Amino acid sequence: MVNRDELLRAIDKNSRIGVEELAVILAAPEIEVANELRALEDEGIICGYHTMIDWSKTNIEKVMALIEVKVTPQRGIGFDSIAERIYKYPEVTSVYLMSGGFDLMVMLEGKSLKEVATFVTNKLSPLDTVLSCSTHFILQKYKEHGTILTKKYEDTREIVTP
Amino acid sequence: MRNPLSEKIVEIKPSGIRKFFDVVKSIDGAISLGVGEPDFDTPWHIRDEGIYSLEKGRTFYTSNSGLRELKVEVCNYLKRRQNIQYEPDDQVLVTVGGSEAIDLALRAMVDPGDEVLIPQPSYVSYEPCAILAGAKPVIIELKEENEFRLTAEEILEHVTDKTKILVLPFPNNPTGAIMEKKDLEAIAKVIEEKDLFVISDEIYSELTYTDKHVSIVEIPGMYERTVLINGFSKSYAMTGWRLGYACGPKDIIAQMTKIHQFAIMCAPTTSQYAAVEALKNGDEDVAMMREQYNQRRRYLVKELRDLGLPCFEPFGAFYIFPCIKEFGMSSDEFATKLLQEEKLAVVPGNAFGNCGEGFIRISYAYSLDDLKKAMERLKRFIDNHR
Repeated sequence: MVNRDELLRAIDKNSRIGVEELAVILAAPEIEVANELRALEDEGIICGYHTMIDWSKTNIEKVMALIEVKVTPQRGIGFDSIAERIYKYPEVTSVYLMSGGFDLMVMLEGKSLKEVATFVTNKLSPLDTVLSCSTHFILQKYKEHGTILTKKYEDTREIVTP
Repeated sequence: MRNPLSEKIVEIKPSGIRKFFDVVKSIDGAISLGVGEPDFDTPWHIRDEGIYSLEKGRTFYTSNSGLRELKVEVCNYLKRRQNIQYEPDDQVLVTVGGSEAIDLALRAMVDPGDEVLIPQPSYVSYEPCAILAGAKPVIIELKEENEFRLTAEEILEHVTDKTKILVLPFPNNPTGAIMEKKDLEAIAKVIEEKDLFVISDEIYSELTYTDKHVSIVEIPGMYERTVLINGFSKSYAMTGWRLGYACGPKDIIAQMTKIHQFAIMCAPTTSQYAAVEALKNGDEDVAMMREQYNQRRRYLVKELRDLGLPCFEPFGAFYIFPCIKEFGMSSDEFATKLLQEEKLAVVPGNAFGNCGEGFIRISYAYSLDDLKKAMERLKRFIDNHR
Protein backbone atom coordinates (compact mmCIF):
# COMPACT_ATOMS: atom_id res chain seq x y z
CA MET A 1 0.00 0.00 0.00
CA VAL A 2 1.22 3.47 -0.85
CA ASN A 3 1.03 5.93 1.99
CA ARG A 4 -0.81 8.75 0.21
CA ASP A 5 0.31 11.49 2.60
CA GLU A 6 3.93 10.46 2.40
CA LEU A 7 3.71 10.27 -1.40
CA LEU A 8 2.35 13.82 -1.54
CA ARG A 9 5.04 15.08 0.80
CA ALA A 10 7.70 13.36 -1.30
CA ILE A 11 6.64 15.02 -4.54
CA ASP A 12 5.70 18.35 -2.97
CA LYS A 13 9.30 19.54 -3.11
CA ASN A 14 10.38 17.52 -6.12
CA SER A 15 7.80 16.90 -8.81
CA ARG A 16 10.40 15.44 -11.16
CA ILE A 17 11.09 12.40 -9.04
CA GLY A 18 10.21 9.32 -11.12
CA VAL A 19 7.81 6.52 -10.31
CA GLU A 20 10.69 4.07 -10.06
CA GLU A 21 12.47 6.11 -7.43
CA LEU A 22 9.27 6.88 -5.55
CA ALA A 23 8.63 3.16 -5.34
CA VAL A 24 12.04 2.65 -3.71
CA ILE A 25 11.87 5.43 -1.17
CA LEU A 26 8.26 4.69 -0.22
CA ALA A 27 8.78 0.92 -0.17
CA ALA A 28 5.81 0.25 -2.47
CA PRO A 29 5.45 -1.48 -5.85
CA GLU A 30 5.86 0.80 -8.87
CA ILE A 31 2.46 -0.05 -10.25
CA GLU A 32 0.80 1.06 -7.03
CA VAL A 33 2.68 4.33 -6.99
CA ALA A 34 1.71 4.99 -10.61
CA ASN A 35 -1.94 4.19 -9.90
CA GLU A 36 -1.98 6.39 -6.84
CA LEU A 37 -0.48 9.32 -8.76
CA ARG A 38 -3.11 8.87 -11.44
CA ALA A 39 -5.84 8.79 -8.82
CA LEU A 40 -4.51 11.94 -7.17
CA GLU A 41 -4.55 13.69 -10.53
CA ASP A 42 -8.05 12.47 -11.33
CA GLU A 43 -9.33 13.63 -7.97
CA GLY A 44 -7.87 17.07 -8.57
CA ILE A 45 -5.55 16.78 -5.59
CA ILE A 46 -2.47 16.99 -7.77
CA CYS A 47 -3.31 19.99 -9.96
CA GLY A 48 -0.11 20.38 -11.93
CA TYR A 49 3.67 19.99 -11.98
CA HIS A 50 5.26 23.39 -12.26
CA THR A 51 8.81 24.60 -12.39
CA MET A 52 9.96 27.19 -9.93
CA ILE A 53 11.94 29.78 -11.86
CA ASP A 54 13.65 32.78 -10.38
CA TRP A 55 12.96 35.11 -13.31
CA SER A 56 14.99 37.90 -11.76
CA LYS A 57 18.13 35.93 -12.62
CA THR A 58 17.21 35.79 -16.33
CA ASN A 59 17.06 38.42 -19.07
CA ILE A 60 13.33 38.11 -19.28
CA GLU A 61 11.57 41.06 -17.72
CA LYS A 62 8.70 40.25 -15.46
CA VAL A 63 6.81 42.45 -13.08
CA MET A 64 4.83 40.85 -10.34
CA ALA A 65 2.15 42.56 -8.35
CA LEU A 66 -0.14 41.69 -5.51
CA ILE A 67 -3.49 43.47 -5.56
CA GLU A 68 -5.85 43.75 -2.63
CA VAL A 69 -9.38 43.95 -4.01
CA LYS A 70 -12.51 44.89 -2.11
CA VAL A 71 -15.73 43.79 -3.77
CA THR A 72 -19.47 43.66 -3.10
CA PRO A 73 -20.54 40.03 -2.74
CA GLN A 74 -23.57 39.13 -4.83
CA ARG A 75 -26.72 37.53 -3.50
CA GLY A 76 -26.73 33.78 -3.91
CA ILE A 77 -23.28 33.41 -5.42
CA GLY A 78 -21.16 35.32 -2.95
CA PHE A 79 -17.66 35.93 -4.27
CA ASP A 80 -17.46 33.09 -6.78
CA SER A 81 -18.75 34.96 -9.76
CA ILE A 82 -16.50 37.99 -9.34
CA ALA A 83 -13.52 35.74 -8.61
CA GLU A 84 -14.18 33.92 -11.86
CA ARG A 85 -14.36 37.19 -13.78
CA ILE A 86 -10.94 38.02 -12.46
CA TYR A 87 -9.15 34.68 -12.69
CA LYS A 88 -10.03 34.25 -16.35
CA TYR A 89 -7.51 36.91 -17.33
CA PRO A 90 -4.34 35.07 -18.33
CA GLU A 91 -2.09 37.66 -16.67
CA VAL A 92 -3.63 36.79 -13.32
CA THR A 93 -1.57 34.01 -11.73
CA SER A 94 -3.46 33.49 -8.44
CA VAL A 95 -6.70 34.59 -6.82
CA TYR A 96 -7.44 33.97 -3.16
CA LEU A 97 -10.50 34.82 -1.08
CA MET A 98 -9.22 36.43 2.09
CA SER A 99 -10.38 37.11 5.59
CA GLY A 100 -9.62 40.52 7.07
CA GLY A 101 -9.38 43.99 5.56
CA PHE A 102 -10.06 43.07 1.93
CA ASP A 103 -11.77 40.30 0.00
CA LEU A 104 -9.69 39.01 -2.89
CA MET A 105 -5.97 38.84 -3.24
CA VAL A 106 -5.01 38.86 -6.89
CA MET A 107 -1.48 38.03 -8.02
CA LEU A 108 -0.52 39.40 -11.35
CA GLU A 109 2.35 38.93 -13.73
CA GLY A 110 3.12 41.43 -16.46
CA LYS A 111 5.98 42.41 -18.74
CA SER A 112 6.22 45.91 -17.37
CA LEU A 113 4.93 48.26 -14.74
CA LYS A 114 2.82 49.90 -17.40
CA GLU A 115 1.19 46.66 -18.36
CA VAL A 116 0.20 45.95 -14.77
CA ALA A 117 -1.07 49.51 -14.34
CA THR A 118 -3.14 49.22 -17.51
CA PHE A 119 -4.68 45.97 -16.30
CA VAL A 120 -5.70 47.51 -13.00
CA THR A 121 -7.13 50.71 -14.48
CA ASN A 122 -8.75 49.29 -17.59
CA LYS A 123 -9.87 45.84 -16.55
CA LEU A 124 -9.99 45.31 -12.80
CA SER A 125 -11.19 48.62 -11.36
CA PRO A 126 -14.07 49.16 -13.82
CA LEU A 127 -15.73 45.86 -12.84
CA ASP A 128 -19.15 46.64 -11.33
CA THR A 129 -18.67 44.83 -8.07
CA VAL A 130 -15.11 46.02 -7.43
CA LEU A 131 -15.10 48.72 -4.77
CA SER A 132 -11.39 49.38 -4.52
CA CYS A 133 -7.97 48.08 -5.53
CA SER A 134 -4.69 48.51 -3.78
CA THR A 135 -1.71 47.45 -5.86
CA HIS A 136 1.65 46.35 -4.41
CA PHE A 137 4.63 45.53 -6.57
CA ILE A 138 6.88 42.70 -5.55
CA LEU A 139 10.45 43.94 -5.24
CA GLN A 140 12.27 40.76 -4.35
CA LYS A 141 11.34 37.16 -3.73
CA TYR A 142 13.28 35.70 -0.85
CA LYS A 143 11.46 32.43 -0.46
CA GLU A 144 8.83 30.66 -2.51
CA HIS A 145 7.14 27.30 -2.04
CA GLY A 146 9.36 26.63 0.94
CA THR A 147 12.51 27.23 -1.06
CA ILE A 148 14.95 30.02 -0.27
CA LEU A 149 15.80 31.80 -3.53
CA THR A 150 18.44 34.19 -2.31
CA LYS A 151 20.92 31.74 -0.83
CA LYS A 152 22.19 28.34 -1.81
CA TYR A 153 22.33 25.54 0.76
CA GLU A 154 25.85 25.05 1.97
CA ASP A 155 26.98 22.02 3.92
CA THR A 156 29.09 23.46 6.69
CA ARG A 157 29.57 20.24 8.62
CA GLU A 158 33.01 18.77 9.21
CA ILE A 159 33.63 16.29 6.43
CA VAL A 160 34.09 13.23 8.68
CA THR A 161 32.75 12.96 12.23
CA PRO A 162 32.19 10.01 14.57
CA MET B 1 62.62 18.04 32.87
CA ARG B 2 60.26 15.26 33.83
CA ASN B 3 57.77 13.87 31.35
CA PRO B 4 54.72 16.09 31.81
CA LEU B 5 52.30 13.50 30.46
CA SER B 6 50.25 10.81 32.10
CA GLU B 7 51.17 7.34 30.91
CA LYS B 8 47.56 6.26 31.05
CA ILE B 9 46.49 9.05 28.71
CA VAL B 10 49.38 8.63 26.29
CA GLU B 11 48.62 4.94 25.97
CA ILE B 12 45.05 5.53 24.83
CA LYS B 13 44.87 5.23 21.05
CA PRO B 14 43.56 8.32 19.26
CA SER B 15 40.24 7.91 17.46
CA GLY B 16 40.56 6.15 14.10
CA ILE B 17 38.13 8.66 12.67
CA ARG B 18 40.46 11.51 13.53
CA LYS B 19 43.24 9.82 11.57
CA PHE B 20 41.02 9.38 8.57
CA PHE B 21 39.75 12.94 8.85
CA ASP B 22 43.26 14.23 8.21
CA VAL B 23 43.47 12.13 5.04
CA VAL B 24 40.11 13.44 3.82
CA LYS B 25 41.09 17.04 4.47
CA SER B 26 44.06 16.67 2.15
CA ILE B 27 41.84 15.75 -0.83
CA ASP B 28 40.30 18.68 -2.65
CA GLY B 29 36.65 18.60 -3.70
CA ALA B 30 35.81 15.32 -1.98
CA ILE B 31 32.19 14.53 -1.35
CA SER B 32 31.47 12.86 1.91
CA LEU B 33 29.20 10.21 3.31
CA GLY B 34 31.27 10.26 6.44
CA VAL B 35 29.34 12.53 8.72
CA GLY B 36 27.79 11.36 11.98
CA GLU B 37 25.38 14.24 12.39
CA PRO B 38 22.09 15.31 10.78
CA ASP B 39 22.13 17.41 7.61
CA PHE B 40 19.04 19.28 8.79
CA ASP B 41 19.37 22.62 10.52
CA THR B 42 18.01 22.82 14.03
CA PRO B 43 14.31 23.66 13.50
CA TRP B 44 13.87 27.43 13.52
CA HIS B 45 11.45 27.62 16.45
CA ILE B 46 14.06 25.89 18.61
CA ARG B 47 16.85 28.21 17.49
CA ASP B 48 14.50 31.12 18.04
CA GLU B 49 14.01 30.16 21.70
CA GLY B 50 17.79 30.01 22.13
CA ILE B 51 18.13 33.50 20.65
CA TYR B 52 15.20 34.77 22.72
CA SER B 53 16.77 33.46 25.92
CA LEU B 54 19.93 35.43 25.10
CA GLU B 55 17.90 38.57 24.41
CA LYS B 56 16.21 38.20 27.77
CA GLY B 57 19.61 37.96 29.42
CA ARG B 58 19.41 34.31 30.46
CA THR B 59 23.15 34.13 30.47
CA PHE B 60 23.86 32.75 33.95
CA TYR B 61 24.68 29.29 35.26
CA THR B 62 21.73 27.02 35.76
CA SER B 63 21.61 24.66 38.70
CA ASN B 64 24.22 21.90 38.40
CA SER B 65 21.81 19.25 37.27
CA GLY B 66 20.09 21.55 34.76
CA LEU B 67 17.11 23.89 34.44
CA ARG B 68 14.20 22.45 36.36
CA GLU B 69 11.88 23.27 33.47
CA LEU B 70 14.04 21.19 31.16
CA LYS B 71 14.24 18.26 33.58
CA VAL B 72 10.45 18.30 33.85
CA GLU B 73 10.17 18.26 30.04
CA VAL B 74 12.67 15.40 29.80
CA CYS B 75 10.48 13.40 32.20
CA ASN B 76 7.33 14.29 30.27
CA TYR B 77 9.01 13.24 27.05
CA LEU B 78 10.19 9.86 28.36
CA LYS B 79 6.75 9.22 29.81
CA ARG B 80 5.05 10.21 26.55
CA ARG B 81 7.35 8.33 24.19
CA GLN B 82 8.40 5.31 26.20
CA ASN B 83 6.19 5.23 29.24
CA ILE B 84 9.17 5.48 31.59
CA GLN B 85 8.67 7.43 34.80
CA TYR B 86 11.50 9.52 36.31
CA GLU B 87 11.44 12.24 38.94
CA PRO B 88 12.77 15.54 37.58
CA ASP B 89 14.36 16.58 40.88
CA ASP B 90 16.64 13.64 41.59
CA GLN B 91 16.64 11.27 38.63
CA VAL B 92 17.69 13.54 35.75
CA LEU B 93 21.04 15.15 34.98
CA VAL B 94 21.45 17.50 32.03
CA THR B 95 24.88 17.07 30.46
CA VAL B 96 27.12 18.48 27.75
CA GLY B 97 25.97 16.06 25.09
CA GLY B 98 25.40 12.36 25.51
CA SER B 99 29.18 12.00 25.48
CA GLU B 100 29.62 13.64 28.87
CA ALA B 101 26.89 11.43 30.30
CA ILE B 102 28.75 8.31 29.10
CA ASP B 103 31.95 9.50 30.78
CA LEU B 104 30.14 10.43 34.02
CA ALA B 105 28.19 7.20 34.23
CA LEU B 106 31.36 5.14 33.89
CA ARG B 107 33.29 7.23 36.38
CA ALA B 108 30.45 7.14 38.89
CA MET B 109 30.03 3.39 38.74
CA VAL B 110 33.40 1.65 38.40
CA ASP B 111 36.36 1.04 40.66
CA PRO B 112 39.83 0.01 39.46
CA GLY B 113 39.74 -3.55 38.21
CA ASP B 114 36.02 -3.62 37.44
CA GLU B 115 35.25 -4.90 33.99
CA VAL B 116 33.02 -3.08 31.52
CA LEU B 117 31.46 -4.99 28.64
CA ILE B 118 31.52 -2.97 25.44
CA PRO B 119 29.87 -4.38 22.33
CA GLN B 120 31.61 -3.32 19.12
CA PRO B 121 31.38 -2.00 16.42
CA SER B 122 30.18 1.01 18.35
CA TYR B 123 30.75 4.66 19.05
CA VAL B 124 34.36 5.53 19.69
CA SER B 125 34.25 6.86 23.26
CA TYR B 126 33.15 3.92 25.42
CA GLU B 127 36.49 2.15 25.51
CA PRO B 128 38.69 5.20 26.29
CA CYS B 129 36.18 6.47 28.86
CA ALA B 130 36.21 3.09 30.60
CA ILE B 131 40.02 3.19 30.71
CA LEU B 132 39.99 6.76 32.03
CA ALA B 133 37.60 5.64 34.74
CA GLY B 134 40.14 2.99 35.76
CA ALA B 135 38.08 0.05 34.56
CA LYS B 136 39.09 -2.75 32.24
CA PRO B 137 37.16 -2.64 28.97
CA VAL B 138 36.11 -6.07 27.69
CA ILE B 139 35.09 -6.02 24.06
CA ILE B 140 32.20 -8.11 22.74
CA GLU B 141 32.55 -8.49 19.00
CA LEU B 142 29.07 -8.34 17.50
CA LYS B 143 28.41 -10.53 14.49
CA GLU B 144 27.01 -9.66 11.12
CA GLU B 145 24.97 -12.86 11.04
CA ASN B 146 23.07 -11.57 14.11
CA GLU B 147 22.55 -8.24 12.32
CA PHE B 148 25.01 -6.85 14.89
CA ARG B 149 22.54 -7.35 17.73
CA LEU B 150 23.81 -8.36 21.16
CA THR B 151 22.86 -11.82 22.40
CA ALA B 152 22.67 -13.30 25.89
CA GLU B 153 25.25 -15.94 24.89
CA GLU B 154 27.76 -13.29 23.89
CA ILE B 155 27.39 -11.62 27.28
CA LEU B 156 27.83 -14.96 29.06
CA GLU B 157 30.99 -15.69 27.08
CA HIS B 158 32.62 -12.49 28.34
CA VAL B 159 31.27 -12.15 31.86
CA THR B 160 33.66 -12.77 34.77
CA ASP B 161 33.16 -12.21 38.47
CA LYS B 162 34.70 -8.76 37.97
CA THR B 163 32.19 -7.64 35.34
CA LYS B 164 30.08 -4.78 36.60
CA ILE B 165 28.78 -2.75 33.66
CA LEU B 166 27.32 -3.46 30.24
CA VAL B 167 27.33 -0.61 27.74
CA LEU B 168 24.33 -0.93 25.45
CA PRO B 169 24.72 1.19 22.30
CA PHE B 170 21.46 0.80 20.38
CA PRO B 171 20.21 2.01 17.90
CA ASN B 172 23.80 1.61 16.88
CA ASN B 173 26.37 3.85 15.30
CA PRO B 174 27.98 2.64 12.96
CA THR B 175 25.93 -0.46 12.04
CA GLY B 176 22.36 0.88 12.21
CA ALA B 177 21.42 -2.20 14.26
CA ILE B 178 18.59 -2.06 16.77
CA MET B 179 17.58 -4.23 19.70
CA GLU B 180 13.92 -5.20 19.66
CA LYS B 181 11.92 -6.03 22.74
CA LYS B 182 12.57 -9.77 22.44
CA ASP B 183 16.32 -9.17 22.12
CA LEU B 184 16.30 -6.98 25.22
CA GLU B 185 14.26 -9.49 27.21
CA ALA B 186 16.80 -12.17 26.38
CA ILE B 187 19.77 -10.17 27.67
CA ALA B 188 17.84 -8.78 30.65
CA LYS B 189 17.78 -12.25 32.21
CA VAL B 190 21.57 -12.51 32.08
CA ILE B 191 22.00 -8.97 33.36
CA GLU B 192 19.93 -9.79 36.40
CA GLU B 193 21.51 -13.19 36.95
CA LYS B 194 25.04 -11.78 36.80
CA ASP B 195 24.07 -8.68 38.79
CA LEU B 196 25.28 -6.22 36.11
CA PHE B 197 24.42 -2.56 35.59
CA VAL B 198 23.62 -1.09 32.20
CA ILE B 199 24.65 2.18 30.57
CA SER B 200 22.16 2.43 27.74
CA ASP B 201 23.17 4.99 25.10
CA GLU B 202 19.91 5.72 23.31
CA ILE B 203 20.94 8.87 21.48
CA TYR B 204 19.37 7.55 18.24
CA SER B 205 16.12 6.48 19.93
CA GLU B 206 13.96 8.67 17.68
CA LEU B 207 15.50 7.22 14.54
CA THR B 208 14.09 3.74 14.16
CA TYR B 209 12.22 2.73 11.05
CA THR B 210 10.13 -0.28 11.85
CA ASP B 211 8.57 0.04 15.26
CA LYS B 212 9.06 2.61 17.95
CA HIS B 213 12.33 2.27 19.86
CA VAL B 214 12.21 0.10 22.98
CA SER B 215 14.47 1.04 25.88
CA ILE B 216 15.94 -1.63 28.12
CA VAL B 217 14.51 0.41 31.00
CA GLU B 218 11.06 -0.79 29.87
CA ILE B 219 12.00 -4.42 30.52
CA PRO B 220 10.97 -5.55 34.05
CA GLY B 221 13.85 -5.50 36.54
CA MET B 222 16.02 -3.18 34.44
CA TYR B 223 14.84 0.22 35.72
CA GLU B 224 16.89 -0.14 38.92
CA ARG B 225 19.98 -1.26 36.99
CA THR B 226 20.13 1.18 34.13
CA VAL B 227 21.44 4.63 33.40
CA LEU B 228 19.56 5.83 30.34
CA ILE B 229 21.47 8.30 28.17
CA ASN B 230 19.86 10.40 25.51
CA GLY B 231 20.17 13.89 24.08
CA PHE B 232 19.14 16.40 21.49
CA SER B 233 21.88 16.02 18.89
CA LYS B 234 20.43 13.40 16.59
CA SER B 235 16.67 13.64 17.12
CA TYR B 236 16.42 17.43 16.94
CA ALA B 237 19.48 18.08 14.76
CA MET B 238 21.20 19.95 17.60
CA THR B 239 24.74 18.53 17.58
CA GLY B 240 26.49 21.85 18.04
CA TRP B 241 24.35 22.82 21.04
CA ARG B 242 26.09 20.08 23.05
CA LEU B 243 23.20 18.93 25.15
CA GLY B 244 22.26 15.53 26.48
CA TYR B 245 20.94 13.95 29.64
CA ALA B 246 21.16 10.92 31.87
CA CYS B 247 18.30 9.41 33.84
CA GLY B 248 18.46 6.61 36.34
CA PRO B 249 18.36 5.49 39.96
CA LYS B 250 18.75 8.39 42.41
CA ASP B 251 21.99 7.25 44.00
CA ILE B 252 23.77 6.89 40.65
CA ILE B 253 22.47 10.22 39.32
CA ALA B 254 23.54 11.92 42.57
CA GLN B 255 27.14 10.74 42.17
CA MET B 256 27.18 11.62 38.47
CA THR B 257 25.89 15.08 39.38
CA LYS B 258 28.75 15.47 41.85
CA ILE B 259 31.38 14.84 39.17
CA HIS B 260 29.50 17.06 36.72
CA GLN B 261 29.34 19.81 39.31
CA PHE B 262 33.11 19.84 39.80
CA ALA B 263 34.15 19.21 36.19
CA ILE B 264 31.54 21.10 34.16
CA MET B 265 29.41 23.15 36.53
CA CYS B 266 26.35 23.08 34.28
CA ALA B 267 25.40 22.51 30.65
CA PRO B 268 25.17 25.61 28.43
CA THR B 269 22.21 27.75 29.50
CA THR B 270 21.20 28.87 26.00
CA SER B 271 21.09 25.28 24.82
CA GLN B 272 18.92 24.31 27.77
CA TYR B 273 16.31 26.93 26.93
CA ALA B 274 16.30 25.85 23.30
CA ALA B 275 15.93 22.22 24.39
CA VAL B 276 12.82 23.02 26.44
CA GLU B 277 11.19 24.25 23.23
CA ALA B 278 12.41 21.15 21.35
CA LEU B 279 10.75 18.81 23.83
CA LYS B 280 7.57 20.87 24.07
CA ASN B 281 6.94 21.53 20.39
CA GLY B 282 9.38 19.43 18.38
CA ASP B 283 7.55 16.14 17.86
CA GLU B 284 6.52 17.07 14.31
CA ASP B 285 10.02 18.08 13.32
CA VAL B 286 11.31 14.73 14.51
CA ALA B 287 8.63 12.89 12.52
CA MET B 288 9.48 14.87 9.40
CA MET B 289 13.20 14.14 9.68
CA ARG B 290 12.55 10.48 10.44
CA GLU B 291 10.47 10.19 7.26
CA GLN B 292 13.27 11.72 5.19
CA TYR B 293 15.93 9.47 6.71
CA ASN B 294 13.75 6.46 6.11
CA GLN B 295 13.33 7.29 2.40
CA ARG B 296 17.08 7.71 2.02
CA ARG B 297 17.66 4.48 3.92
CA ARG B 298 15.41 2.54 1.57
CA TYR B 299 17.12 4.11 -1.42
CA LEU B 300 20.61 3.23 -0.17
CA VAL B 301 19.76 -0.34 0.80
CA LYS B 302 18.45 -0.93 -2.70
CA GLU B 303 21.42 0.76 -4.38
CA LEU B 304 23.98 -1.17 -2.33
CA ARG B 305 22.23 -4.45 -3.01
CA ASP B 306 22.04 -3.64 -6.71
CA LEU B 307 25.79 -3.06 -6.55
CA GLY B 308 26.12 -6.49 -5.00
CA LEU B 309 27.52 -5.22 -1.71
CA PRO B 310 26.23 -7.46 1.08
CA CYS B 311 24.53 -5.51 3.85
CA PHE B 312 21.77 -6.35 6.30
CA GLU B 313 18.90 -3.91 6.36
CA PRO B 314 19.56 -1.42 9.17
CA PHE B 315 16.49 -0.32 11.10
CA GLY B 316 17.97 2.48 13.19
CA ALA B 317 20.20 5.57 13.29
CA PHE B 318 21.34 6.92 9.90
CA TYR B 319 24.05 4.51 8.86
CA ILE B 320 24.48 1.54 6.59
CA PHE B 321 27.35 -0.86 7.17
CA PRO B 322 28.10 -2.85 4.02
CA CYS B 323 30.71 -5.58 3.86
CA ILE B 324 33.66 -4.98 1.51
CA LYS B 325 35.65 -8.16 2.20
CA GLU B 326 35.36 -9.40 -1.40
CA PHE B 327 37.78 -6.69 -2.60
CA GLY B 328 40.70 -8.12 -0.67
CA MET B 329 41.47 -4.77 0.93
CA SER B 330 41.32 -3.69 4.53
CA SER B 331 38.67 -1.14 5.46
CA ASP B 332 41.37 1.51 5.65
CA GLU B 333 42.72 0.67 2.20
CA PHE B 334 39.24 0.58 0.71
CA ALA B 335 38.26 3.93 2.20
CA THR B 336 41.56 5.54 1.25
CA LYS B 337 41.44 4.27 -2.34
CA LEU B 338 37.80 5.29 -2.68
CA LEU B 339 38.79 8.72 -1.54
CA GLN B 340 41.80 9.01 -3.82
CA GLU B 341 40.20 7.55 -6.93
CA GLU B 342 36.65 8.81 -6.68
CA LYS B 343 36.92 11.56 -4.07
CA LEU B 344 34.25 9.91 -1.98
CA ALA B 345 34.68 9.77 1.79
CA VAL B 346 33.23 6.96 3.91
CA VAL B 347 34.47 5.86 7.31
CA PRO B 348 36.43 2.58 7.60
CA GLY B 349 34.55 0.14 9.81
CA ASN B 350 37.55 -0.63 12.01
CA ALA B 351 37.39 2.93 13.37
CA PHE B 352 34.56 1.53 15.52
CA GLY B 353 36.42 -1.52 16.79
CA ASN B 354 38.54 -4.31 15.33
CA CYS B 355 35.48 -6.34 14.39
CA GLY B 356 34.40 -3.51 12.08
CA GLU B 357 37.29 -4.58 9.84
CA GLY B 358 35.95 -5.57 6.43
CA PHE B 359 33.10 -3.05 6.57
CA ILE B 360 32.58 0.62 5.79
CA ARG B 361 30.16 3.04 7.39
CA ILE B 362 28.01 5.01 5.00
CA SER B 363 25.98 7.82 6.52
CA TYR B 364 22.69 8.87 4.96
CA ALA B 365 22.50 12.21 6.68
CA TYR B 366 22.61 13.68 3.19
CA SER B 367 20.00 14.71 0.64
CA LEU B 368 18.81 12.14 -1.89
CA ASP B 369 20.53 14.13 -4.62
CA ASP B 370 23.85 13.96 -2.79
CA LEU B 371 23.39 10.26 -2.18
CA LYS B 372 22.75 9.66 -5.87
CA LYS B 373 25.95 11.43 -6.86
CA ALA B 374 27.87 9.47 -4.27
CA MET B 375 26.42 6.14 -5.44
CA GLU B 376 27.59 6.85 -8.99
CA ARG B 377 31.12 7.23 -7.68
CA LEU B 378 30.87 4.13 -5.52
CA LYS B 379 29.57 2.11 -8.47
CA ARG B 380 32.43 3.19 -10.68
CA PHE B 381 34.92 2.32 -7.95
CA ILE B 382 33.43 -1.10 -7.42
CA ASP B 383 33.32 -1.84 -11.15
CA ASN B 384 37.00 -0.92 -11.40
CA HIS B 385 38.04 -3.16 -8.55
CA ARG B 386 35.95 -6.25 -9.08
